[in-house]
Amino acid sequence: MTIPLSDFMPLAPEIFVLSMACIILVVEAFVGTKLRHISYVLSQLTLLVAALVTWNMLDVERVIVLGGTFIHDPMAALLKTSIFLITIGAFVYARSFHSSSGALRGEYYVLGLFAVLGTMVMVSAHSLLTIYLGLELLSLSLYAMVAFDRDSPVASEAAMKYFVLGALASGMLLYGMSMLYGATGSLDLGEISQALSEPGQNSMILIFGLCFIVVGLAFKFGAVPFHMWVPDVYDGAPTAVTLFIGSAPKIAAFAMAMRLLVESLGSLSVDWQGMLIILSVLSLALGNVIAIAQTNIKRMLAYSTISHVGFLLLGLLAGTTEGYSASMFYAITYALMAIGGFGMIILISRAGYEANLLDDFKGLNDRSPWFAFMMLILMFSMAGVPPTVGFYAKLSVLQAIIHVDMVWLALVAVFFSIIGAFYYIRLVKLMYFDKPETEEPLAVSADMQMAISFNGLLVLGLGLFPGGLLALCASVLA
Amino acid sequence: MIDYSILSWLIWLPIAGGVALLAMDAMGNKACRQVALLVSIATFLLSTQLYSYFDMATAVMQFQENIPWIDAFSANYHLGIDGISMPLIILTTFTTVLVVLAGWQVIQNKTAQYMASFLIMEGLMVGVFASLDAVLFYVFWEAMLVPMFLIIGIWGGPNRVYATIKFFLYTFLGSVFMLVALIYMYMKSGSFSILDFHMLPMSMTEQVLIFIAFLMAFAVKVPMWPVHTWLPDAHVEAPTGGSVILAAIMLKIGGYGFLRFSLPITPDASHSLMWLIVFMSLVAVVYIGFVALVQQDMKKLIAYSSIAHMGFVTLGIFLVFALVDNNGTQQGASLGMEGGIIQMVSHGFISGALFLCVGVLYDRMHSRQIGDYGGVVNTMPVFAAFMVFFAMANAGLPGTSGFVGEFMVILASFKANFWFAFLAATTLILGAAYSLWMVKRVVFGEIANDNVRALEDVNAREFVILATLAIAVLVFGLWPQPLIEVMHASVDNLLVHVSVSKLPAPETGVALLNAVQP
Repeated sequence: MTIPLSDFMPLAPEIFVLSMACIILVVEAFVGTKLRHISYVLSQLTLLVAALVTWNMLDVERVIVLGGTFIHDPMAALLKTSIFLITIGAFVYARSFHSSSGALRGEYYVLGLFAVLGTMVMVSAHSLLTIYLGLELLSLSLYAMVAFDRDSPVASEAAMKYFVLGALASGMLLYGMSMLYGATGSLDLGEISQALSEPGQNSMILIFGLCFIVVGLAFKFGAVPFHMWVPDVYDGAPTAVTLFIGSAPKIAAFAMAMRLLVESLGSLSVDWQGMLIILSVLSLALGNVIAIAQTNIKRMLAYSTISHVGFLLLGLLAGTTEGYSASMFYAITYALMAIGGFGMIILISRAGYEANLLDDFKGLNDRSPWFAFMMLILMFSMAGVPPTVGFYAKLSVLQAIIHVDMVWLALVAVFFSIIGAFYYIRLVKLMYFDKPETEEPLAVSADMQMAISFNGLLVLGLGLFPGGLLALCASVLA
Repeated sequence: MIDYSILSWLIWLPIAGGVALLAMDAMGNKACRQVALLVSIATFLLSTQLYSYFDMATAVMQFQENIPWIDAFSANYHLGIDGISMPLIILTTFTTVLVVLAGWQVIQNKTAQYMASFLIMEGLMVGVFASLDAVLFYVFWEAMLVPMFLIIGIWGGPNRVYATIKFFLYTFLGSVFMLVALIYMYMKSGSFSILDFHMLPMSMTEQVLIFIAFLMAFAVKVPMWPVHTWLPDAHVEAPTGGSVILAAIMLKIGGYGFLRFSLPITPDASHSLMWLIVFMSLVAVVYIGFVALVQQDMKKLIAYSSIAHMGFVTLGIFLVFALVDNNGTQQGASLGMEGGIIQMVSHGFISGALFLCVGVLYDRMHSRQIGDYGGVVNTMPVFAAFMVFFAMANAGLPGTSGFVGEFMVILASFKANFWFAFLAATTLILGAAYSLWMVKRVVFGEIANDNVRALEDVNAREFVILATLAIAVLVFGLWPQPLIEVMHASVDNLLVHVSVSKLPAPETGVALLNAVQP
């Protein structure tokens, strides 16, 4: 089989990121300690260029290349662009983290770039194998990143848990894929979808395969009851890694769900809808309730992630284009809020002290009103209080779910979001109503200040004018 | 007509002023106070333009602005006011000026943030009253919680954290269910326009469920018995300014919600569930009146009296159904509703004034306990005169604005049902009892202790605040005509609208037969 050169055009961003990651790896090995920041600069440039390139591919027609394994469509372009931009933010925060903890290491950015490459492959996958390839590339990079701080027993434990459970989930996913392959005789998502639409399918094996696939997906999302790794990994990993895990991979997980469930298994939607309802309701309930009991902010945000995943799944299970675009909006805006939230944790950390307790936020308004205000915006956005973008994310998901006559599910979702509001406003309470434990002013680098401010204002600005991004999410699925 | 977008100015001018205040934190408290006062006075003066240019002959929305906002939800930035919302907007801008003045000396801690919170909240509250788009309304409605949450939590009393979190969660709980109802109606009508919702035909089941969702939101806000428990806590802990805004404006937003949403959108459900609202209102009037009687804390007493007075508002609003049923026509049915709206405005003045009076005492003695006072009249004669006057107004003394609303509602309830009127009228006794008894214990008698002996009378600033409110209470008490004129067309229009069933054609006949059963 010969592959025409034009087939590689849609892969330009992937090829670029891959080459740059390899180059940075080599550069990293040869430059001395003084020039360490060069890998940071190069990584950021790579992401920026890749973002520009993919953004310009937004209008490109849907094409499937490389023998049906790779797809480029507007959805992929939008998701990839947002992954790049989110990762740029994550890297800015990570650099601040590394310089304050005294360990500026270029490997973080290289691994980060490989993880980004993994998410890109997942987003553009059009065959079961490509999905698996992207997923493993992402996961392996993340395992290594979690274990980055090799002297920390907590981090090693977290990495071990993540690795073992992740391997299990990958196994489940593969098992499901093999059943799907057995039933339909193809790995190509398009062909699977076509095969399923023909009558006379062995539904038993298909449903079994679907179950395993949903389990694998739920693990990657961190949906209850496959969430056990989330708090441990979020807590154990260095904050710079946590903020990366909590953001871009969620967008990739959404893409994977879209490709697997919607594009190839769309005709089984009645079956996966029921499964997603269970996952979603459980995630909403457990995530929101258990988050209340946390005293560690990273664990709290971990449980909050679980509850947000519940909301995201609601949009998916609506099974309409409206629902998918609502979920997409939710995934992108959630990633934005998540890096902001974890970025704030880095911001209040001091040299030699990694902040991870809720109490570390005490009296932030006295120490720095501006950053307290940014955190206020982020918290209210996560709680879904207007005029922040989190409100529109919830609004569009609720709208999609009510449109398909599942009002009861919408009521469940809003009920748990009230419970969720409590722990977000408790953080606001700590910042605004309590006295600070230390009067020490925040020592933050200028780029970090800029990034957090931009992040917070973006959450507010998108809350005042959400129309553009909402329309974009709807148009790429049209 | 006005050729500039006055409603947008009224919303965004104070918000911009608030943001500017946050930025000029470093310039010192004095400058912040002055800027805040300037912005609030400018906003108030601007809002008087609404009255000057208001066309009283029509019920159509005036000063409309309509700009596409979020295409994905077909939500528009749609503003407009009628005779019901206009007085409430002016009440908001008026009260904010007083609140800024009231915090002049007391608030030394984070003054810029304090003033900014009130200005931003002013803009948001005007936004609530002016929105004609459900998404816009909901955004303002919820966003309003954030500054209030901070005001109580940062500048409040010892138990402020509990009170403010309770306040936030309670109101949040009520409003999210309203959100679901709004989205549901969007699905039915294809737009988020409130005026489209008014025209939307719906079956009885849908109407009842939507009515309950609205009730959860508005009853918490009003607050109606039995979801009133957040209010005494919030009032007691809030700084004076926060209490004034809560009592004078925020509670009215609940009443406004009934008028703008519940009645016109779900008229049939409102009709058949009227008994529920009337029952809850009467419980508020009678039971909460008794509860107010036994309070030892002045702010708590006024808070409970607010709940009782707001019971009158909801009673007046929902009596229209009983009146229409009894008379067979809409003639005279507007009495209760107009009484309810007048009661809202009047209660805004009176409760605000009473909270300011308590604030004056609290600033001097740092106590709100009735037992710590006694004989204040001897050391603060001018203040005592004001306090007695406002207490009288609270009790519904003829000649004050408190009388007008209460009288109209009682009159309307007489036409509806003798027992409604009987129970409602107990407020005349209970209101007088708790208001005057408090005054007796605090103001009159011998000087109770040395702290009271050392009290100084009101200063010029406090005098101006209280005198302004006293004039307002008197003017609307003696001459309520302007207020009634402004709202008359809108209230009549609402009544006509409410008496037309929105049930789909085949169901109408059946529903009219069993109007009592949902």
